[in-house]
Amino acid sequence: MADPKNIPTRPLPNAKEMDTAPFWAATKEGELRFQRCDDCDTVVFYPRQHCTGCLGRNLSWQTSKGEGTVYTYSVIRQSYHPFFRSKVPFAVAWIDLDEGPRILSNLTGVEDPTTDITIGQRVVVDWEPHEELSIPLFRPA
Amino acid sequence: MAQQARTAAIVGIHEFPSRDVEGALSPLHIKTQSALAALEDAGLTIRDVDAIYDAGDGGMMSGLAISEYFGIHPDVIDTTMVGGSSYEFHAAHAARDIASGKCKVALLTYGSTAHSNAFAIGVGGRGGPASSPWDNMEGWTGMTLVANYAMVAHRHMHQYGTTSEQLAEISTATRYHAMRNPDAVAGMEALEFMNIRETTIEDVVTSRVIADPLHLLECCMISDGGGAVVIASPEVAAGCKEKPVWILGGGEATGYPVNGGDITTSAAAQSGPSAFGEAGVTPGEIDIAMIYDSFSITVLTLLEDLGFCKKGEGGSWVEGGRLRFDRPNDGPALNTDGGGLSSNHPGMRGIFLLIEATRQLRGESTSQVDDAKLAVAHGNGGMLGSRHCAGTVILGRD
Repeated sequence: MADPKNIPTRPLPNAKEMDTAPFWAATKEGELRFQRCDDCDTVVFYPRQHCTGCLGRNLSWQTSKGEGTVYTYSVIRQSYHPFFRSKVPFAVAWIDLDEGPRILSNLTGVEDPTTDITIGQRVVVDWEPHEELSIPLFRPA
Repeated sequence: MAQQARTAAIVGIHEFPSRDVEGALSPLHIKTQSALAALEDAGLTIRDVDAIYDAGDGGMMSGLAISEYFGIHPDVIDTTMVGGSSYEFHAAHAARDIASGKCKVALLTYGSTAHSNAFAIGVGGRGGPASSPWDNMEGWTGMTLVANYAMVAHRHMHQYGTTSEQLAEISTATRYHAMRNPDAVAGMEALEFMNIRETTIEDVVTSRVIADPLHLLECCMISDGGGAVVIASPEVAAGCKEKPVWILGGGEATGYPVNGGDITTSAAAQSGPSAFGEAGVTPGEIDIAMIYDSFSITVLTLLEDLGFCKKGEGGSWVEGGRLRFDRPNDGPALNTDGGGLSSNHPGMRGIFLLIEATRQLRGESTSQVDDAKLAVAHGNGGMLGSRHCAGTVILGRD
């Protein structure tokens, strides 16, 4: 039996990182949030404290429905990171959320990621809970 | 071809030959040995150098550190660090600084022991404490360096119908050139490559997949290595040993993930026109294309972005061995030293693009294109498909 202390775990985000802390705080409630500029309507993602359209600070947090489309993906067959090595083959994908943000995530819920994923596929958020935050994975809709 | 201003030229080059120093040399040693050899190639000495360009491969505070290590007090210190494209930025900046009269002799050096350190550049994965907001949003996915490029390849295939067989053309052309380059062959032997020979499309597409859709033979190697380039004013160049290779134009640009953006177009679409415009030449006039071949898809994307063919048509454009040095009527020869795919890749390959382009324009390549007059060196730093920098330099001889 493997010693549970030696089972590698996913490297988690820093919940206190200043720009992205509000995003991660919302994941605890199962909310996938992004920002929109009140002044110029630009969708801002990854989260920041300013707008990437005008550098203004009048941003509002909005909640995505967690539905989107696979823009592109890859299936990682080789990784030297202890956790991810234990997961190969696994899929990484850029997902276009319906509200506009493009988010990098893992695709789960497919039998064989090397054959069962297509660009343009509809996907939905699939939370992976942790103590301080939840990780927004995606699975086929 | 328009008559360009000739304000700065590459007058000295050196490629450090070993791909495996077996841990017996440091990056600083490789930089120093290469600097001396490149200055000797030019007929200059370290005392002539009044400008330093450094990407930090020798350590922190790099412009200061390397000046002290060499024992010089330069008038210009440029520490632009944009990964593998750093040296194209440095060359363009050196040309600008020389043209402005701030300096006369610029020295660029590079040294790396990535192989000796067993540094898994491509598949190390991320993780560890996030140092930036973007790492904090992405590090947890297990994204590897190669997977960023694979993302571009998949989208390129989806959008334009590009195939793995077409991408493999990049790998077979560079290996074709590598087999004619004794340093590349010795390097592959030192790194214990299997099947050191010319490769076929079949070889490439049947090698194992590293990150779908990219196969092993579409990925660059990890070697030790380094080199140096000396750039000088026309007055200094006139007294140098070798014929000058003029820096005719430069361009630089950034690229990063954009919501709703097109991942199949890179920062080269911005840096390329800037460089070609300054040089007053068109892609159709280029004899030698030294294009950062970290992966097959890098070259395909950059060929399109630099204007050698239309966006999306790169796959059919490269078919049939078109990029080989012995097909001069079909457009430029690609990476005639063997490239990162088959000659050397110590992590930041940009300096070798300048070095081999210079060899071609001097008539010294092991895969020499007859009467080569114009070359482009295009460095891609960071990760295509994610955050990357583009540096384009147009070079020409008298």
